[in-house]
Formats: sequence, C-alpha cells, structure tokens
Amino acid sequence: MTSIPLFHVLILSSLLFAIGFVGVVARKNTLFILMSLEVMLNAIGVAFIGAGSVWQQADGQVMFILILTLAAVEAAVGLALLIRMQKKYRSLDIDLLSQMKG
Amino acid sequence: MNVLLASLPFYPLVSFLLLIVFGKKLSWQLAATISVSSMAIAALVSAMLLVDLSVSQHQVMTVNLWHWFDLTNEAGNAEVNVRFYLDGLSAVMISVVTGVGFLIHLFAAIYMKSDANFSRFMAYMNLFIVAMLILVLADNLVLLYLGWEGVGLCSFLLIGFWYHEKANVLAARKAFIVTRIGDTSMAIGLLLLFTTFGELNIEAVTTLAQQANELTGLENTALADDIYWIALLLLGGAVGKSAQLPLQTWLPDAMAGPTPVSALIHAATMVTAGVYLIARMHGIFLLSPEVMNYVAWLGALTLILAGIAALAQTDIKRVLAYSTMSQIGYMMLALGAGAWSAGVFHLMTHAFFKALLFLTAGAVIYALHHQQNLFKMGGLLKKLPFESGLFIIGLICLMALPGTSGFFSKEAIIAQLWSSETAGPMLWWGAILGALLTSIYSCRLFFLGFLGNARFNENIHPEKSHLLRAALVVLALLSLFGGLINIDLSLVFNAPVTSANEVEPSWLHTVAIITPFIGIIFSWFYFKNYRITHSVSAKYLLQANESKFIVFCRQGLGFDSLYNLLFIKPYQWLAQINKNDIFDQIIMVNVWYVNLWHDALIVVQNGALRWYLAAFGLAIMLLIGVSFL
Repeated sequence: MTSIPLFHVLILSSLLFAIGFVGVVARKNTLFILMSLEVMLNAIGVAFIGAGSVWQQADGQVMFILILTLAAVEAAVGLALLIRMQKKYRSLDIDLLSQMKG
Repeated sequence: MNVLLASLPFYPLVSFLLLIVFGKKLSWQLAATISVSSMAIAALVSAMLLVDLSVSQHQVMTVNLWHWFDLTNEAGNAEVNVRFYLDGLSAVMISVVTGVGFLIHLFAAIYMKSDANFSRFMAYMNLFIVAMLILVLADNLVLLYLGWEGVGLCSFLLIGFWYHEKANVLAARKAFIVTRIGDTSMAIGLLLLFTTFGELNIEAVTTLAQQANELTGLENTALADDIYWIALLLLGGAVGKSAQLPLQTWLPDAMAGPTPVSALIHAATMVTAGVYLIARMHGIFLLSPEVMNYVAWLGALTLILAGIAALAQTDIKRVLAYSTMSQIGYMMLALGAGAWSAGVFHLMTHAFFKALLFLTAGAVIYALHHQQNLFKMGGLLKKLPFESGLFIIGLICLMALPGTSGFFSKEAIIAQLWSSETAGPMLWWGAILGALLTSIYSCRLFFLGFLGNARFNENIHPEKSHLLRAALVVLALLSLFGGLINIDLSLVFNAPVTSANEVEPSWLHTVAIITPFIGIIFSWFYFKNYRITHSVSAKYLLQANESKFIVFCRQGLGFDSLYNLLFIKPYQWLAQINKNDIFDQIIMVNVWYVNLWHDALIVVQNGALRWYLAAFGLAIMLLIGVSFL
C-alpha cells in the first residue's frame, strides 16, 4: 500500500480550513457559520490524522477524538444559542448581534 | 508691652465674631448691646491711650504683637511684623474712629432696629472698625495695606447691604472696582518702595529717604525718580480711597447703603484713609515737591467740581456725598501745601460735623418714610425742630462760620496756602471759591429741605429714642467745640515746607472769613423761591430744574458717561468679540485631537462578529507571512 505523502494531506487540510474560514467570514446566517466552523475543525482533524499515520503514532487519532468531542459540544451550545436567537430576533442574521459596538 | 494698645482692635473683632457666628439667633437687645458696648470699650481705651501718650516722654508708643513674615531682596531685608505704632497722628485717627464710630454705632443700633438682618449689619460695622484701626495703627505698609483692603471690603458689603435691589448691588460693585484701581496703584507703589529702600517700616523708610537726601542731595538721581514714582503711586491709592479726581465717581453712588454707613464709612472715616496715608508718608512726599503740587491741584479741582455738582443734586444724601468729596479736597489741598497739621485737623472736625449731618439727614429721611428727594421735603423746621436745629449746627460748621470747629480747621488750611511753596495764590483762590460754593449749596440744601412749603402728604413719624438723640447731641457739641481741641502734631511733622518768602497781603484773612457770608447772602436772594412759603395753590409746584446743564452737573459733571465711553464700552466690546475665549480655543485643540482619534477608532469597533474574524484571520496570516520572511 502506497502511503499518501504528508504534504498532500496538509494541502487538503489547508484547503478545507480556508473554505471553512471563508464560510465563517462570508456567511450571514449563523447556522451556516456554525457549519463552516465544523468544516474548519475537521480540517484540523485531517491534519492530525495524516500526521499520526505518517509517523505511526496514536497521538494523532487521540487528538482527533478530542476535536470531535469539542465539535460536538460546540454544536450543542451553538445550536442552543441559535434557538434563543431565533426566538428573540426572528432571524439568524449574525450582523443583528452588534450591540457591543463602540 | 502696652496691653491697651495691643488690645484696641480686638474689642470690635470679638463683637464681630459673636455677631456673625450667632447671627439671627441673637435678639435685638443682645446684638445691639454687644456691638455698641464693644465700641464703647474701644472708645474708652483710646481715650486712655490718649492720656498715656500725652504723658509719655517720646510721644510714641509701639507694641509688637507677633512676627508675620520676612521679605528679602538685594536692597535689604525687611521684617514684616504685626506691630502697632501710636503717635500724634494715629492718636487723632483712633479717637475719631472709635469716638465717632461709637456714636454712629449707637445711632445705627436704633435706626436699623427693624431690619431683618440687624446683627449682620452691626457685624459688618464692627469689622469695619477693626480694619480701620489696623490701618491707622500699622507700623509697616503691609499691615496698613491689610487694613486698607479690609475697609474696602466692608464698604462693599455695607453699600450692598440691601442687596435685594439691583441699584444697591451695582453701586457696591462700582465702589469696589473703582477703589480697586487705586489700591492696585498703591500695591505697585509698595513694591517699588520695597525694591528701592529694602524696608517697609514707615519710620525706617522715612529715615532712609531723608538720609539719602541729606547725604547726596536728590537732584536728578535715580533715587529721586524712584521717590517721584513711589509718591505718585501712593497718591493713586489715596485718590481712589478718598474719592478724589479722577476716581471720585463711586462715592455718590455709595449713598445707596444705609445712612449710618454713609456717615461712618463714606464721610467720617474710610474716605479719609487716603488723607491719612499721605500724611503718614509725608517723609516721602516732602522729597518730591512735584507730587505735592499734584496733590494740591487734585484737591483744589475736586473741591470745586464737587461743589458745583452738589449745587445741582436733588437727593439730600447725594448733596452730602459731594460735600464730603469737596471737604476731602480741602484736606488734600492742605497736604499738598505742606500744611499737614491743618489737613489732619480738618479731617477730625469734618468727621464730627459730617457724621452729624449724615445722621441727622438719616433721622429726617426716617421721619419722612424714606423720602430722600429734597423737592419732596420742605417746611421741616417747624415739624422737626430738634433735627432741624442739629442740621443747622452741622451746616454752619460745614460753611465754616466763625466760632465753629469747621472755621478753625478750614481757616488753618487757607491761611497756609498763599505762601506755600507747593501751592500758592492760585490754589488759595481755588479754596476761597470752594468755600463760597460750600456755603451756597449748604444754604440751598437748608432752604429746600427745611424752609418753604411742606411738599409731602404723609404724616411724619420722628424717632423719639433718647439714646439716638443723645448720640446726635454729642456729635453736635463736638462739631461746635471740636475746634478748641488743640492737636499738637509738630512732633510727627517736624519738617514744615512753608516758607515766608512771599509777602502775604493783609486782606487774606478778611476775605477768607467773609466768603461764607457772601455765599449766604447770595443764596438768600437767589434761592428765594425755595425759601418763602407759597400760597396753597402753588404748594406742590416747586420742581427741580431739568435744563441740560443742571442735569449734567447733577450726574457729576459727566465723569460717569466719560468713563463709560472710555473704559466700560471698549471693555464690553472686547468681551463680546472674545466671547469664545481665544486662549481657551488653543487648549481646545487637544480635545479636538482626541476626538479625532475617537471617531477614527470607533469605526473599528463596529460590533460585527464577521469583521472581527476577518481582521483576526488577516492578522494571523500577516504574522505567519512575516515569520517566513
């Protein structure tokens, strides 16, 4: 079995990360922002998995499980907030949440 | 240490503190007792001091209370002490201040009985006496200046005593500001004196100046210049306080205050502080004959101009105010001519009879329900015989009819004018003209107020209090016989400038004596209209002459409008155009700069989460990019 070079894994990871980041910045809908965040977290996960398989270490997979847990928690809290937001503003536009402006 | 001398200003001070602390809690009896008895004690103490002084060997008493501060410059090291100095001159002043002050306090306690702020009034009067005593007893010019400012403050407080009326407040403000101009000049004079001699003690300065004069002669030296300017600046202070030309405009308006105030401050004591200052600093003035000459001319001009203005007044108190100005003009004239003793003597007799005139006028005004307009008076001789009699006594002293105190003092001044080096025949004629004007306006005042028809409707209610009448009678006796008090000031003024190089014509004294009578005879015919009793139909027809010239004179010969045009208008114009203070704007540049950054940075804090994230990502990329480079 030919191994995939680490470099390719990192390119994939960076691309995913960039797509996720652009999604977070460009999307107005908070639900899509949360989804883009998931993409970004998974980009990090891919990088860990790739590195773990290259170096034959379990740490990468352990790290991925941690990230997965984090993502689950984040999704739970994020969605709860989302419901509150929908009730209060009848909208999910993130730009409505700008009361903290100077 | 002489306890009597040291304690003299503290009696009224204690009374002032009690009255001002307890204020309205004190009943009339208590407040009146405290203030009047403190003055009685002060008067007794000064009488005892007079006796002590006359038997003491040196004719001088000093007492050092405490060390105040030191002043040092290259000219010397001056110790400024709270130190009282009593000689013949200050003895005359303290007896006038406490004696006449006591009688006026007694009068005021009854006159102001119904006023709601009675204790505040008496407290201010007491404070005034404290400041005046410090002024006349000070042995150095700094302490004198303290008293000088103190009397100015009390004058301001008392003119504006009835502060509910705007006119009174404006009059108080005017008096304060105008005298402040003189005070500033005096302060500069003091500083110049200190830089010149390095000494502020009055005696020491006088000695130093005379030593310098004897050693080198003062012809055209820098010291002579300095002394000229010092004398001129001190004269500026005296002119402001004593309401002489050109700072005289405040005195007639100061009559807005209660009548006892006019009697005490604006006739008997405070306005003579300028005269006292010049007499006290005579050592400096003697070395500067030009300034002595200015003093004499200022006095003579004020004397005549105030006499003319007094002729046109309709308010009884304003007549007396202008008369005060003109009598102080006499004192200044005497000082300028080097007739120091005569000037101080006139100061004393004037304090007696002008206090009497003001207080009697106050009693008359009170009886007429606060009517001050002479054209609404008339016929008071029959209705208020007691007050009229006292007023006649005051007026004959003012006119200097032979035998009265005014006669002795005024003749003493006039007698020395002709042959004085710094005065001369012209000023002598000025003084005679002033005497003529004095007798004319006195007669006009008397005819208008006390003869002719009664031009008022209300019933009169004279004050019957015996104490008040006793105060007036004592003042009347002092006015009549005060001329017999022989004050010997030759030890204070040991350097007379009068020289007999000019032959005096033999008719001088005759002219001086008959001048008042000429004035009386002239007014008897000229003011016939005021004097005779008209038929009933014409009873209320007597009106003040409203021609332009008379109104011009009534308003003090246009000085007020002149100053208004020269100083007040330009000042207000400047204030108007500089409403947004230009210096303030310079400081506001800082504020503008801060605001600019505030506005710029507030854009960044827009609260939009996605912008923050974008900026965050951009910054990370930059950092990584930089680390690669």
